[in-house]
Amino acid sequence: MKIRLNIGAISEPLQSEQFKTGDWGTEWSFVDREKCTACRVCEQFCPDGCIEVKEIEGKEVAVVDHNYCKGCGVCASVCRYGAIKMELKELFKVDVC
Amino acid sequence: MLIEVRFHGRGGQGVVTAADFLAIAGFKEGYYTLSFPTFGAEKRGSPVASFLRISDEPIVVRDEIYNPDYVVVLDPSIFEAVNVTSGLKESGMLIANYPKSSEDLKAFLKTNSKVLTINATKIAMKILGRPTTNTTMVGAFAGATGLFKLETLKETAEEFFEGPLKERNVLAIEEAYRYMKEVCR
Amino acid sequence: MKKVVRGFYSVAYAVKLCKPNIICAYPITPQTEIVENLALMYANGELENCKYITAESEFAAASILVGASAAGARTFTATCSQGLILMSEVLFNAAGMRLPIVIVNTNRALSAPLSIWNDLQDSMALRDAGIIQVYVENNQEAHDMVPQAYKIAEDKRVRLPFMICMDGYKLTHAYEPVDLLDQNVVDSFLPPYSPEVYLTTKKPVAFGCYAPPHIYMEFRVAMQRAMERAKEIMEKVFADWAEVSGRNWGGHLEVVYPDSKNFVIAMGSIVGLLRKVVEELRNEGISVGLVKLRTFRPFPVQELRKSLENAEKIIVIDRSVSFGYEGNLSIELKSALYGMSPEVISFILGLGGRDVPKDFLKELVKNAILGKEKSGFKGFKEFEEVIP
Repeated sequence: MKIRLNIGAISEPLQSEQFKTGDWGTEWSFVDREKCTACRVCEQFCPDGCIEVKEIEGKEVAVVDHNYCKGCGVCASVCRYGAIKMELKELFKVDVC
Repeated sequence: MLIEVRFHGRGGQGVVTAADFLAIAGFKEGYYTLSFPTFGAEKRGSPVASFLRISDEPIVVRDEIYNPDYVVVLDPSIFEAVNVTSGLKESGMLIANYPKSSEDLKAFLKTNSKVLTINATKIAMKILGRPTTNTTMVGAFAGATGLFKLETLKETAEEFFEGPLKERNVLAIEEAYRYMKEVCR
Repeated sequence: MKKVVRGFYSVAYAVKLCKPNIICAYPITPQTEIVENLALMYANGELENCKYITAESEFAAASILVGASAAGARTFTATCSQGLILMSEVLFNAAGMRLPIVIVNTNRALSAPLSIWNDLQDSMALRDAGIIQVYVENNQEAHDMVPQAYKIAEDKRVRLPFMICMDGYKLTHAYEPVDLLDQNVVDSFLPPYSPEVYLTTKKPVAFGCYAPPHIYMEFRVAMQRAMERAKEIMEKVFADWAEVSGRNWGGHLEVVYPDSKNFVIAMGSIVGLLRKVVEELRNEGISVGLVKLRTFRPFPVQELRKSLENAEKIIVIDRSVSFGYEGNLSIELKSALYGMSPEVISFILGLGGRDVPKDFLKELVKNAILGKEKSGFKGFKEFEEVIP
């Protein structure tokens, strides 16, 4: 089957949504909803744009999309409220056979 | 004799370094060696591969390795993203950083080749304090294949690394080497 | 001393041994680590009588070297792809001013689309600049080429820029054993650079001045004659090098199995793969030889005509294309063989780093010899053009 080739290497927007980068890295960031003030600093700093402040159960909190989170830790280091922790993925926690 | 090895892992784990390290060690063992990476994906976390050829004659071919004798996997989460056993010879061997048993991985990959696993992330976290599994897997590869003497690897590490990294990497290599020697006994 | 090193290091180390006075570069993948290594050597005080200048672009880097070289300095830079193209305005000048700047070009594809991977399109674009071009097969050859480049370029009968073309990634990023030269070997081979004329307040001169129609053409004829002289001088330098280093890379060409009926011709690192392919095809009873073209400018026409005089079929492996015509090496070769009548089949492959597997290349060459494969691009996916 022939592939489709946009001449001029013209790229349409939002292509990167197809590339799920969440399995990169060994850690993911997790937000403590109690401590989160929805200040949006992490949202601004996330290099992959995969943190979004959303309303959950009546409270605005930062939500990390683990489909894309590469575990870089920038959000955890910029959070002024200690609300974001980096945690080792389950896969890396399993003990040796 | 020509031995072809393919390394899989993710940017930042030292996939390229692993092949380079063994190219230097192989030369010390008296072989001609050539190592090179797949290029461009110098992004931490993205899947990368690198290649190693070891031969008793000068190596002239520089194409990527499609039918490896050995595959070394540095990252346990890569099996769904990359077909690591692609082209692996039936007589060949897969040596993987994987927290479960060799049988588990062999069944998961549905391969006829020999499979050996080691929890390299755990060893690396314990000794290096970070999940950089290259030296651990270098030790595991040498232990499993018997292609390199432990002494040669240590000597290479002495030259290759600087500062406190040197000693810790030697320890990681040694622990993995001995573990694999034990498994293969 | 034989050591396993990266391609970058093999070049940087050789440059250091040639004792350059000015190194000036702008980083570009896959060249960067060459000048990174040199910057480290410079910072460690290993480069005497040398200044390492960081430039704000390749255009600036080349411009600085033009000034430095005109002032009598031995100069070095490394670049590739867009960097080389950005340098081009200056490099044409450098050739016209007859400045022996040595450039290592780590061959990389040109944009667009953006590619950082290897093919030969960049140096091919500088084909007509008046720069000597030599393509190397491995990192040892790259290492050995550096002192030879200075010796040839700085010869007063030549005085032209010299570009060593080495495949980006395939060579630059590869670790392999390289016999690193001793300082005394290089010193005995390469004298210090002392041009008869250079920019100095004691005896002021200007380089590359204005030439109206009554005199411009003569300068260009002089450049052509310098290239022609370079062809002979290079042969001599190559032979001297074989003596000094014990490594003989051949002349402008290396011909493997010269008595064959069919030949494959290529440049750069893919030659290694072709050595194996030719070996395997001969084991199958096919009469095929290999021509490794080392010197692309000046183009060794007579040597090619002689080596290929009994060839029935020639397969050209190109890794660049002149759009609207065909592969660059193929164009050059056909022109060189004018009046002879071998069948020439030209394959363009491996563009933008597309890997060329040995088995694929072997099938191509075999089928071409058997008359089952036509010229053209090989190893690409069929596609449909879409205007989004």
